[in-house]
Amino acid sequence: MTVEDYRGVGGYEALRKALLEMKPEQVIEEVKKSGLRGRGGAGFPTGMKWSFIPKNIDKPRYMVVNSDESEPGTCKDRVIIERNPFLLMEGIAISSYAIGSSTGYLYIRGEYYDQAMILRKAIEDTYAAGYFGQNILGSGYNLDVYLHRGAGAYICGEETGLLESLEGKKGWPRLKPPFPATHGLYGCPTCVNNVETLAAVVPIIQKGGDWYASLGTPKNGGTRLFCVSGHVKKPGTYELPMGTPLRSIIYDCAGGIKDDRKLKAVIPGGSSVPILTADEIDVKMDFDSVAAIGSLLGSGGVVVMNEDTCMVKALLRISKFYAHESCGQCTPCREGTTWLKKTLQRVHDGNARREDLDHLLGIAFNMMGTTICALSDAAAMPVRSYIQKFRQEFEYHVKHRCCDVESAVGA
Amino acid sequence: MPTVVINQKSMIVPDGTTIIQAAEQAHIEIPRYCYHPGLSIAGSCRMCLVEIEKMPKLQPACNTRVTDGMVVTTNSDKVKEAVSGVLEFLLINHPLDCPVCDQAGECFLQDYYMKFGLYDSRMNENKIKRHKAEVIGPHVILDTERCVLCSRCVRFVREVSHSNEIGIFNRGGQSEIRLLPGQILNNNYSGNVVDICPVGALTDRDFRFQCRVWYLSTANSVCNGCSRGCNITVEANRQRPHHGEGRRVMRLKPRFNKDVNQWWICDEGRYSYKFIDDSSRFVQPLVRESEGFEATSWTEATAHASRKISEARQSAGPDSIIVITSPQLTNEDLFLTRKFFRAELGITQIDFRVPELKSSEGDNFLLRADRNPNTRGAEAIILEAGGFSLSDILKSAGPQRLRLLYICEQDLVGKLGAELAKKFLSQFEYVVYQGSNENRTSLLADLVLPAATYAEVDGTFTNFEGRVQRMNAAIEPMGESLPAWQIVCKLAKAGGMGYSYEAVEEVFVDLTQTVTEFEGLSYEKIGDQGARLSEVAPVQA
Repeated sequence: MTVEDYRGVGGYEALRKALLEMKPEQVIEEVKKSGLRGRGGAGFPTGMKWSFIPKNIDKPRYMVVNSDESEPGTCKDRVIIERNPFLLMEGIAISSYAIGSSTGYLYIRGEYYDQAMILRKAIEDTYAAGYFGQNILGSGYNLDVYLHRGAGAYICGEETGLLESLEGKKGWPRLKPPFPATHGLYGCPTCVNNVETLAAVVPIIQKGGDWYASLGTPKNGGTRLFCVSGHVKKPGTYELPMGTPLRSIIYDCAGGIKDDRKLKAVIPGGSSVPILTADEIDVKMDFDSVAAIGSLLGSGGVVVMNEDTCMVKALLRISKFYAHESCGQCTPCREGTTWLKKTLQRVHDGNARREDLDHLLGIAFNMMGTTICALSDAAAMPVRSYIQKFRQEFEYHVKHRCCDVESAVGA
Repeated sequence: MPTVVINQKSMIVPDGTTIIQAAEQAHIEIPRYCYHPGLSIAGSCRMCLVEIEKMPKLQPACNTRVTDGMVVTTNSDKVKEAVSGVLEFLLINHPLDCPVCDQAGECFLQDYYMKFGLYDSRMNENKIKRHKAEVIGPHVILDTERCVLCSRCVRFVREVSHSNEIGIFNRGGQSEIRLLPGQILNNNYSGNVVDICPVGALTDRDFRFQCRVWYLSTANSVCNGCSRGCNITVEANRQRPHHGEGRRVMRLKPRFNKDVNQWWICDEGRYSYKFIDDSSRFVQPLVRESEGFEATSWTEATAHASRKISEARQSAGPDSIIVITSPQLTNEDLFLTRKFFRAELGITQIDFRVPELKSSEGDNFLLRADRNPNTRGAEAIILEAGGFSLSDILKSAGPQRLRLLYICEQDLVGKLGAELAKKFLSQFEYVVYQGSNENRTSLLADLVLPAATYAEVDGTFTNFEGRVQRMNAAIEPMGESLPAWQIVCKLAKAGGMGYSYEAVEEVFVDLTQTVTEFEGLSYEKIGDQGARLSEVAPVQA
C-alpha cells in the first residue's frame, strides 16, 4: 500500500479533521466517548490515559507506540503493519496531537525485521506526504516520529520496560509510582499506546466516538482484532465487534475444529491468561465479560486446543516461555518462573511426586500480585487455571508416569 | 505532616516519609534486602510488602509514601504469607552453606528465616549452579550462588563510588552479578559493598575465614586514617585468641553518621588497622645501651626521661628542648602534652606540624589529603599559644643550643627524608621517642616510650570541620604500652608533679576549661555522633 492508495480510501481525512477542526481536548473527549480500551492487553480506557498527561508543563511530552507484540498467540499488530501501516501513522499523528506531543517513538520488537522495514518506509512516505514533520497540513502542529527496534525481549512490551529499553538500558520494568504519564521517557510525560489502539483512533475521529462505541458492548467500544490459532480450520486474524461470542469466533469465523475433533480448551487472550474449558466458550469476548468468568481478554490471542492436546505439555511450554522471559528483577518472578518450569518438566516427564501439584499451585499463588510488573502473574495464572481445570490429567502424569491423552492418540 | 497508623500505632511523620521509614521510627521491623537508606529505591526484592487499607494488592513499604490517614499492617496473615513466600523464593537456589560462610551470624537470610520464614521446604528441584568464590577485586570476593540479587552493590558502584565496575547480567533465573568486561572492583570504596551485601555473596578477603562474627566485640570509634574522622566500629576478637593468627582487631566497619561519612568508609581507612597488632609494636619501654636497645620498666624509663629533661632545662634553659607532638594523638593527649611541657616546664618549642616530602592526595568524597585524624584539635590546643614553628627551625642553618628532642608518634625520617631528619636529630644530645610502632625515627632514639594505638584508648579526635568525636577502647593496650596521656602523667609524676587524673574524661573536662574552642563541650554532649567546637563569640565593641 502507498500513501496514495491510503488516501484513495479516505486516509488522512481524520488527521485533517483533528488538526484543523478540533482542539486536542476535543480529540480526547471523542476517544473517551468511543469507549476505546487499550488493545495491548490491560484494557485501560485510552481517553482517560491521555487525560493523565499533564497539560501545562515545561517538558517535552512523548508518544510511544508499543509494537513489541510478544504475547504468544498474538499477531494483530503485525497485520496492521503489514496491511496498512498508514492507518497506524495517521493514528500516531492524531494521538500525538491530542496529548500535545511533538515527538513519537515507534518501538518494534527485534524479531519483526520485515515489519520494521515496512514501518521505516511508511514513516518516510508519511513525512514526504507532509503528514509528519513541520506545520502539518498548515495547522502549525509539528511532529517527528522515530523508529526503534528492540533486541528481542518479551519484557520490553511492558510499558516501563519498553521505556528503559528505548533509553538504551536493560529492559527492567520500572517501579511505580511515578507513572509514565508524569515520569516516562527521559523523565518526561509519556503516553505508551499499542499499535491496534492507535489504529482505532482513526475511525473514531472520522466517524465519531458514539459510532465507534455502538459497535461494541457497554464500556467496550468498537471492534477488536482476534488472532485465532491452534486446532482450527481457518486460523487467522479477524476483526470482530467487541462482545462477539467466543463460540462464534471459533466456529463461524475460524471454521470450527480441525479434523472435526472435539474442543478441549481455549486460551482467550494470549498465553498468560487463565484457560477456558470447552464449556465456557459462550462467553462474550469483551474485557468485562471475559473477566467475569475468571479469565482475561488480554491481547486477543485466541489459542484453540482440541481433545488430543496434553494440557501438561501445553502448560510446560508456556511456563518455559515465561521462565525464559522473566527479567529477573523481582524475587518471586525470577525464582518462581524457573521453579514452575522445573517442576512442570518433572510432572511432564513422569518424575513427579503427588505433592508437586499442590506445590505448583502454592508457588503460583506466591507469585501473584507480589511483583513490579505483571509478568509474574502472567506466568502464574496459566499454572493455576490449567491445574485447577484439568487436574485429572496432571494427576495421571504423576501417578502413571505417562500421558493419558498422548498415549491414546499414539503421539 | 501526615498521620499514619502502622499496626494500630498512630504516628505523625514528615511529608515524603516512606512506610519503611515510618515503621523504623515506630520500631516496627519490616524485612528488606534491596532497600538501603543510602541508595536509590529498587523495590525489587519484594520483602517489604505491607498491607494498606483500601488497596487490593500488597505494596512495597520502601517505595510507598505515607499519606494522611493511611492505615498500614505489617503483621497480617496476608503479609506474613507473602514475606515468607518471598523468602522461600530467595532460598530455593541458595547453597545453604552457612557453616563455611563468613556472613553466618550477620546474614539476613538467616535472621529473616528465623523471624519471618520457619516454613518447611518444598523445593524438590536441582539447584542452579553458578560462579563461586571469585576474586573480583583487591578486597572483595563474590559467590553468586549466595546472592539474592538485591542490587545494592550495583547501585553503590553507580551512585556512591561512581565507578560502575559491576552489574547484573543475563535475565530471569540466570541473572548474576558480574564484573563489567575488563573491570575489577578496585575503587577506594570497594569494601562498602561487603557491608551492604545482606547475605554472604560479597565477602571481605581480609576478614575471610579469620573469625566467626559472634566472637567479635565491637567498640564505637573514629577512623584515624585522615582528617574526615569517619565513624567506625572497631571489631575485635577477644574470645578466640587462637583464631586469625593472634590478630585482635579483625575488621573495621563504618558506623552511620549523617554529618560525616553517612554509611561509608574508604578502603584506605578500612584496612589501615594492621599496625595495631603488628610485630613492630613496642610492648615495653626501651633504653639505648651500647649494644642497642634494652627493655626497661616504666619507672626506670620515666625517671630517666625526667632526669634528662631537667638536666637540659637547668643547663641550657627550656629553649634547648623541642617537643614534636602529633596530630595522630587525641585531644586529651595533646592537652596534657601542652600542659606538662609548656605550662609546667616552660617549654615553648612545641609543634606537631612536620613538613612532608611527599604530600598525600584526597578524593572528592571522604578521603582527605591530610591523613591525620586530629590536625584541627592539635591546632586548637597546641597553636593556641602560638609562636613556634618547626619548619623555621628546620630551615635555619646554624646549630642552636639544643639538648633534648621529645618526639611523639612522628616518623621524621619518613616525612623529612633521611638526610634532613638525621641532620636535625644530630643536633640533640638526647632523643626520646614516644609511639606505638617501630619506625626509622624510633631506631635513632635514646629512649622509647611505648604508646597505645587509637583502638586501645578512650578519647576524642577533632575532624577537619571542627567536629569533636569520641573513641572507645576496643582492646587493651598491647603489652605495657600506655595511652599517651598516661605517659605524660607518668613523666609528671617522675618529675614530682603528680597529676590526679584517673580517667581520660577528667582530662577532657580540664581541656574544655582551658582551651577556648573546646568550651562547653562534654563527653555526654559529644555522644556517639560528635559535636562541633564552639564558635568563638565575636568580641563586643
